[in-house]
Amino acid sequence: MSWIQRRSRAIAPAALIAAASLVLAACGGDDDDGGNGEGAQEIPTEDASGELEFFSWWTGGGDSEGKEALLQLFEEQYPEVEVVDAAVAGGAGTNAQAVLASRLGSGEPPDSYQRHAGAELLSDIQDGFVEDVTWLFEEEGWMDVFPEALLEQITVDGGIYSVPVNIHRSNLLWWNPEVLAEAGIDGPPASWDEFLTQAEALEAAGKTPLTVGPLWTQQHLFENVLLGELGPEAYTGLWNGDTDWESQEVIGALDMFTQVLEHSNLGQAAADWQPAIDPIVDGDAAYNVMGDWAWAYFETVQGLTFEDGYNVTESPGTEGVFNWLSDSFTLPVDAPNRDNAVRWLQLAGSQEGQDTFNPVKGSIPARTDPDESLYTGYFEMPLQDWGDEGVAKVGSLAHGTVADSAWKGEIDSALQEFVGSGDSAAFAAAVAQAYEDTRP
Amino acid sequence: MYRLRKWGPAILLISPSLLAIGVFVYGFLGWNLTVSLSDWRGLRPSYNYVGFENYTRLASDGRFTNSVGNVIVFTIVFVGGALLVGFLLAYLLERRIRGEGFFRAIYLFPMAISLIAVAIIWRWLMSNATGAQQTGLNRLFSSVGLDFLVNDWFKADQPFAVMAVAIAAGWALSGYIMALFLAGMRGVSDDLREAARVDGASEARVFWHIVRPMLLAVLMSAVVILVHISFKTFDLIFAMDAESRLIEMPAIYMWFTTFDSFNFNRGAAIATLLMVGVAVVIVPYIWYSMRAERRQ
Amino acid sequence: MSARVDVPRDLRIRSRWGPHVTTLRYLALFALVCLFLIPVYVLVVTALKDPSQVSPRQMWQLPDALSLDTFRTVWPKLETGFRNSLVMAVPASIISSVLGAANGFVLSKWRFPGADIVFPLILFGMFIPYQSILIPLRQVLSDAGLTNLTGLALVHIIYGLPITTLIFRSYFASISDELIDASQVDGAGMLRTFAYVAVPIALPAFAVSIIWQFTQAWNDFLFGIVVVTRATHWPVTVALNNTAGSQVVPYHEAMAAAALASIPTLLVYILMGRFFMRGLMAGALKG
Repeated sequence: MSWIQRRSRAIAPAALIAAASLVLAACGGDDDDGGNGEGAQEIPTEDASGELEFFSWWTGGGDSEGKEALLQLFEEQYPEVEVVDAAVAGGAGTNAQAVLASRLGSGEPPDSYQRHAGAELLSDIQDGFVEDVTWLFEEEGWMDVFPEALLEQITVDGGIYSVPVNIHRSNLLWWNPEVLAEAGIDGPPASWDEFLTQAEALEAAGKTPLTVGPLWTQQHLFENVLLGELGPEAYTGLWNGDTDWESQEVIGALDMFTQVLEHSNLGQAAADWQPAIDPIVDGDAAYNVMGDWAWAYFETVQGLTFEDGYNVTESPGTEGVFNWLSDSFTLPVDAPNRDNAVRWLQLAGSQEGQDTFNPVKGSIPARTDPDESLYTGYFEMPLQDWGDEGVAKVGSLAHGTVADSAWKGEIDSALQEFVGSGDSAAFAAAVAQAYEDTRP
Repeated sequence: MYRLRKWGPAILLISPSLLAIGVFVYGFLGWNLTVSLSDWRGLRPSYNYVGFENYTRLASDGRFTNSVGNVIVFTIVFVGGALLVGFLLAYLLERRIRGEGFFRAIYLFPMAISLIAVAIIWRWLMSNATGAQQTGLNRLFSSVGLDFLVNDWFKADQPFAVMAVAIAAGWALSGYIMALFLAGMRGVSDDLREAARVDGASEARVFWHIVRPMLLAVLMSAVVILVHISFKTFDLIFAMDAESRLIEMPAIYMWFTTFDSFNFNRGAAIATLLMVGVAVVIVPYIWYSMRAERRQ
Repeated sequence: MSARVDVPRDLRIRSRWGPHVTTLRYLALFALVCLFLIPVYVLVVTALKDPSQVSPRQMWQLPDALSLDTFRTVWPKLETGFRNSLVMAVPASIISSVLGAANGFVLSKWRFPGADIVFPLILFGMFIPYQSILIPLRQVLSDAGLTNLTGLALVHIIYGLPITTLIFRSYFASISDELIDASQVDGAGMLRTFAYVAVPIALPAFAVSIIWQFTQAWNDFLFGIVVVTRATHWPVTVALNNTAGSQVVPYHEAMAAAALASIPTLLVYILMGRFFMRGLMAGALKG
């Protein structure tokens, strides 16, 4: 046997290994071809089995505890079902949206996914990716339990396409009482002008007045500065074409935003919303504008006590206004395990489900009949305000309530530029133009 | 030259590859081009022809021009840096010294790490937090008294922010360039060099006439590989600071506008332009190098 | 004036600056090693620290006590991804190397009409920015039912073809034709010549190719996140981004995750490193 032939004996086993591995990958990789595809409009009654794949962007501390609690509740009720928690990291879901889009586009949706109620869901609805679940609302009697205003917002052409699980409040100012005390400040500012004054005192005391994180958190701050300066009617008008972006008032509000940013740590903006809050926890910064999921970070992750280690109030200029966003779960068309998806939605819209999810998530239930004993401390404020007719309700920009993906994408680009340049007029023009461009 | 009947198996051996490349490269590029000339926005495909509208819009799109500026700076700094460091390392290792294997392993090691991991580590190293939060290289500099070196890294003003990212990328790839140069240098036979020296040539002349031509060949390979990596850089930026305008490159913008805002048509246009940019550098190289081969 | 000593010719010094140059050389090399290792230092030291010791302030300090706690916390998050990546990257790198060897062999040794056009056409595939083909790729794979690990392996194989072809073509070009002629005389056809003559000789090139392809497949994030639908089938890079991507702190978990995720590629380098240099020197990848 020549040396050539001997050497070549090594090739065969190598080839076999390669082929075998590929086969192994194939076996592990095949998708289940289950699910009926056709939308049966009734609550499933047979014993639950199979899988539930829930897709979200809740991965970090302060984001994921609520989801985990609800998934666990589901597991307890349906022990035969394998729960797959599919989450992709990237604050406020930028990455997850991308993965979800490619899955929806190729017809392989998860069993249920998270979307903000409102404009954000619009393209999914219009492109036919989510099922109409009005029947579920009717069967469960939810039409009477969810607030009218909310139901209105999520009804498109007479159909409801998602189940809201919570209401988050966006216009909140979080602060560290100690820091204020050190700088000799009595309390949080009631307007952004007052903030600017306080900022000087804070900087003199060596504290950062305001912290920010990545672009979406800056957008979060942005919407609340606009709200604080313009008031609820004018603010709402920005998103439906009623308010002129290039008017004096709006330009003035934009200028205020630039001024506010000057007193922030924009140059050292943190990589996510949680690290943006850290300087406040550490006592190096005073304020942060963030939604009430920040509560979960302060309380659960950092272990601080409300009113002692941290405190919160409406963001400057927004007293009596509730800037809301809502996480909602969908029923995708062609969900592989549709029965389990329906069960999941049923749980998510139930009182038990919402009372499991919300106290941990830092939000209040979308339903109007929560077990109030669970919502103490910080929660009393949003719960009261949400139910109060006198409080104006406006929708959030940064979290998909008022602007659809196309327009919001343009706003993102323009905001990126604006934050760097401070050119209010250019920004206003860009946003107004983009609004026109993105109307279907 | 082998006769006709020998060509059969040859074609057979390479036809699966040709088919695959045909579909997955050229077929897709054609598809991409079609989308870039369409009005597809939203998740449902739409192929209505709109001419070059998407391209002209990009020309006046500030975000796009910003990203192009960034990628150009990045390419220059990254390619230049990796070449310099790689060459330096190869030069230092060229004479057979003890422990060469050890040194080579250390310099090559960064290549083994995923760019995501590289980004995570360097994001921490390049943190520009101040005061009690100060960490990373800034903290190191401060603690040894090199305060003047403290800076904002990838959050600094453009173009410095981009240069900071280029440092991380250069770290990851210099070792590989070193290997290329080293192989090239070693490839030049020692006998040839000895002979030249015996003939009285000085070190400098030996370098110029024998080593340098070979180095040029390696240089070309290295530049091509680095440039194409540079244009494709996605993982590194994404994991470092995905939404930052300061370091955004066309590949990232394409990602966001396609999968976040569902502007598939605009994304495709950006992608086509990316490819054209790479082609402009690469095609002359391939043509030149094929010609050089034929001359041999 | 230094005395002429009988040393191996490589170390022969040319002037009396010789020993100083060598010392300088070593100094420079060590300095560069230190610079290169700064990130590695941070990585390893943070991963091995007790979680309570990890903070921005203590970043550069050595661990007070070595602790594997962080690894234990982080491993479960990476485990599935690890297995997925392994199952995908091993066959992908081997198969694309074999195909590349076949292409390289044919294109360098068998001049058929059009060979000079075929090679650049294949090579160009290497320079395509992957972002530009994500959309149709996803569509095609989805239609073929391949939005899973097999599909991902296939993707890496196909997009690895240009560079593996380049590697082997350059390598075989530097091998003399004699061996091929000899096997021809022995009566072997092209396929046998390839399998029994070319492949065994090309082991250093296989090293270069497998190292490169394995690294690419293992470290890839983009294809992994777009091609593979099910979260349970995601490669380890996605899991890495999830662990470290949503929060900057805790640093220790991010570092430990990054360290763990890098081990397989490191192993491949260590095991095949010797052949890697040999392969490069023998002309693999030379333009």
